[in-house]
Amino acid sequence: MIETDICIIGAGPVGLFAVFEAGLLKMRCHLVDALPQVGGQLSEIYPSKPIYDIPGFPEVKAQELVDNLMKQIEPFKPTFSLGERVEKLEKNEDGDFVLGTSDGTQIKAKVVVIAGGLGCFEPRKPAVEKLEDYEGKGIVYMVKNPESFRDKKLVIAGGGDSALDWTIFLANLAKEVTLVHRNETFRGAPDSAEKVFELAKTGKINLLLNANLHSINGNGVLKSVGVINKEKEVTELDTDYLIPLFGLSPKLGPIAGWGLNIDKNAVVVDTFDYSTNIPGIFAIGDINTYPGKLKLILSGFHEAALMAQSAFKFVYPNQKLSFKYTTVNGVNAF
Amino acid sequence: MIRFKVEDREGNVQDIEVPADISLSLMEVLKASEYNILATCGGMALCATCHIEVEEGVEELGEPSDAELDMLDTLPIVTSNSRLACQIRIGEHLNGAYFKLMAEEES
Repeated sequence: MIETDICIIGAGPVGLFAVFEAGLLKMRCHLVDALPQVGGQLSEIYPSKPIYDIPGFPEVKAQELVDNLMKQIEPFKPTFSLGERVEKLEKNEDGDFVLGTSDGTQIKAKVVVIAGGLGCFEPRKPAVEKLEDYEGKGIVYMVKNPESFRDKKLVIAGGGDSALDWTIFLANLAKEVTLVHRNETFRGAPDSAEKVFELAKTGKINLLLNANLHSINGNGVLKSVGVINKEKEVTELDTDYLIPLFGLSPKLGPIAGWGLNIDKNAVVVDTFDYSTNIPGIFAIGDINTYPGKLKLILSGFHEAALMAQSAFKFVYPNQKLSFKYTTVNGVNAF
Repeated sequence: MIRFKVEDREGNVQDIEVPADISLSLMEVLKASEYNILATCGGMALCATCHIEVEEGVEELGEPSDAELDMLDTLPIVTSNSRLACQIRIGEHLNGAYFKLMAEEES
């Protein structure tokens, strides 16, 4: 089990800077992030885009800011669990939090700081009745083990790259593949689109264009899927599996089930110290909400500084905190 | 002032009036007007929670960017007038437009 003072969920810019603010107050941090690298959105989505509103940097590339933050927090020796998602959070009898990740890593901490940004990216679900009733009973949102589809009947819905790629891959493995797409063209890779049209022409797959998922039928286990065309005619397709592939959408994920006050997918905090309704749990950066909230990196940095002041009381309950400037005190490495 | 109409998911239509030089996106104006949209990604065309349908004035809006089209392309339900409100800047060209909030996806 990893033991630390503060467990930070999310290693984006705000999570990283929280290590610095905590470090100034002699608190050690462990960071967990579902992505395989630090930097959050900055590294994952727009590493080479310039950012113009970081104080002191007229212009800084997103990845450069992340690299600088890593350098800035180095004296405080943060530790990381990357590529792991925090699934569980419990409080043990000593009042410490124990967090469990998707890889089974356990982290014990006195304070939890949620700096989860947009949350985790989860499969987007189509609005079809009874969808949830059949999840895991014929409806899957991800192809984890292609072998499980061998000699089965499949309906794949979607028109993006992953829908095209899996249609092509599974065409040879499954007994029958039907691709349902609401348009008549594909924006995805032209090569893949061409292959899909070719497979349809040679009868290897069924291609239903200008069609949408309409209904789901079964008796405890998925039996068939109703597909509606532009003329509003519904065709019933017998199938073993339905694989909706409509991209990923940011969601709060497991955090939503921890008893925190949530408003519109964000964690409600007190602006005094960005604490949540659960003592010892703070939320900073894009994942929190309060009146006047701005989703800016610089707001997250401010929130991290104030959070650290209150977190100190949980980590060192018997010590008095005196505020010191880094210009006076310097940065004292661990 | 620019005036346009917004229809919420219950079908209520309301006139929205904003200064032409407000320098916000339509998503930000909708949020500020207390419409129930998540806008999780804050305007980066990543979450599609500000998905709207342009009922009137679509030709004034100009073509969506590749990033916006890519995102719209992944959604289960879109129409030929679907747009992401976060990618639409407020300006004179929105005068007289009519926007309809699209159904929120299953959470």
